[in-house]
Amino acid sequence: MSKLSIDRVSKVFAKKQGEVVVALDDISLEIEDSEFVCFVGPSGCGKTTLLRIIAGLETATSGEVSLMGAPIRGPDPKRGMVFQEYSLFPWRTVKNNITFGLEMRGMPKADQDSAAETYLAMVGLEQFREAYPYELSGGMRQRVAIARALANEPEVLLMDEPFGALDAQTRNAMQRELLEIWEKTQKTILFVTHSVDEAVFLADRIVILSPRPGRICDTIRVDLPRPRERTGPEFANVRRYVLGLMDSCRLPSKI
Amino acid sequence: MRHRTRVQGKGRDNRLMDATRTHLLRNRLLPVVSIAAVAIVWQLVAQFIVQNKNLLPSVTDVLGAFLVLLESGRLASDFSTSLTHFGIGVGAALLLGIPLGMAMGWFRDMDTAANPIIEILRPVPPLAWIPFAIIWFGLTPVAAGFIVFVGAFFPVLVNTYAGFKGVPRLFVEAARVLGCTSPGRLIRHVALPAAMPSIATGIRIGMGVGWMCLVAAEFFVGGRYGLGKQLWVSYSLQQMSNVVVYMLLLGILGLAMDVVFRWYVDGKLLKWRTGEVA
Ligand SMILES: Nc1ncnc2c1ncn2[C@@H]1O[C@H](COP(=O)(O)OP(=O)(O)OP(=O)(O)O)[C@@H](O)[C@H]1O
Ligand SMILES: [Mg+2]
Repeated sequence: MSKLSIDRVSKVFAKKQGEVVVALDDISLEIEDSEFVCFVGPSGCGKTTLLRIIAGLETATSGEVSLMGAPIRGPDPKRGMVFQEYSLFPWRTVKNNITFGLEMRGMPKADQDSAAETYLAMVGLEQFREAYPYELSGGMRQRVAIARALANEPEVLLMDEPFGALDAQTRNAMQRELLEIWEKTQKTILFVTHSVDEAVFLADRIVILSPRPGRICDTIRVDLPRPRERTGPEFANVRRYVLGLMDSCRLPSKI
Repeated sequence: MRHRTRVQGKGRDNRLMDATRTHLLRNRLLPVVSIAAVAIVWQLVAQFIVQNKNLLPSVTDVLGAFLVLLESGRLASDFSTSLTHFGIGVGAALLLGIPLGMAMGWFRDMDTAANPIIEILRPVPPLAWIPFAIIWFGLTPVAAGFIVFVGAFFPVLVNTYAGFKGVPRLFVEAARVLGCTSPGRLIRHVALPAAMPSIATGIRIGMGVGWMCLVAAEFFVGGRYGLGKQLWVSYSLQQMSNVVVYMLLLGILGLAMDVVFRWYVDGKLLKWRTGEVA
């Protein structure tokens, strides 16, 4: 049985003058336990909307998402999310941002502290544990947001372009970190990105969405062994293949 | 090469320190100079041009009056009486204004229900409540406190409300995804801290308005003591130097409270906002 099942999900937003935007149209996808799935697609094709529905922050207009057979009705710490925008609580220090979910769960203070240290080390921000978000750079803030989501130990991690604001080097390092975490913790990860390079480096499976209305245009299984060599010829092949698919997905004729 | 760099570095440090020093000197010195200038002009005008204590007491007249009042020992009672009125009023404004503002900002039905009443009552000047203050509470400190309350309540309420309305949705969603789901916990852990800057502004404005209501409140409903009361008593006795003493005391006290409040809020409560544009 698959872990996360997206069953014929559509989402229609009503605009002011009776207009409607079909953000997602009939999305169906089965995601296995511990699978790493990347979503790519042009801006506005509904990637964020899909993650929000899975997180329980938005309800689908039709269709259903279920986790281990149980339909999703609202937000739950079992499904962690890293938002596209900076979502750190500015009134909390880095450490207290990371422990927010643990605090809500009523975890003892000492355990919270040790968890915070673990995840601070993981994202390399030990020196900033008492800093406030305004003292951090954009990339550092995003790393804290990732640590905050991970510290809550969700079964499914939803990541909406988490590395979009990072420089290439940090980005590569974070990708390796994330893979390590994923291999260690066996989480199911749904990861939105604009970078084909990133998707090919990370994913077991790449889902290509086409815009207006947002549909699944194609899915590709990436069978390269990890760690993947970005400069290797197989990597380049997969990359070229995905880019080609994305191009044809943009064409209306494909749908 | 390395040596030279160090020398240059040192030179730059010195220049920096010099700049800081002159800057500090200016910031400290200029206010003193301007206050002294006003005092001198005031003294000269009062002493040589107006030449009438009842129209314009001079600086020395006022200082003399202040010393006499200080010796009489009654300033302390006036002071504590005024603070009592103020404390009652502002305390009640916080106790009622903050929870009501929170509820109206967070729950749409509360907003719809309470908003018309608030909007009708808000433009009524606090001093228009004096008759009812007297009828309801008699000539007591509570009556004076009530006037201060009316003045302080609306700024506190309105700013708390605006703060809660303006809580970014992203923060609420981030919290919900992390397991903070009940309205009570969302208010406590997300909305309240996010709205704190706005609430603090409301308290500050409320304190300012309340303080301004104090003089009138004490005139109409106060007992025998209070800075505002004494101001009116001195006026009726044509002791204009004393009037100025009470005016200045009211001004300085109001300023002191504001400074202490701001110091507390910026330094403790809202330290996390240091880097943001206020
Ligand atoms: N709350 C909303 N109300 C109305 N329309 C919305 C809302 N949220 C999203 N949309 C619309 O739905 C479509 C998909 O938006 P979404 O944010 O999911 O795109 P995206 O794929 O995440 O884009 P990007 O890559 O730029 O982040 C867009 O056309 C957008 O205008
Ligand atoms: Mg998006």
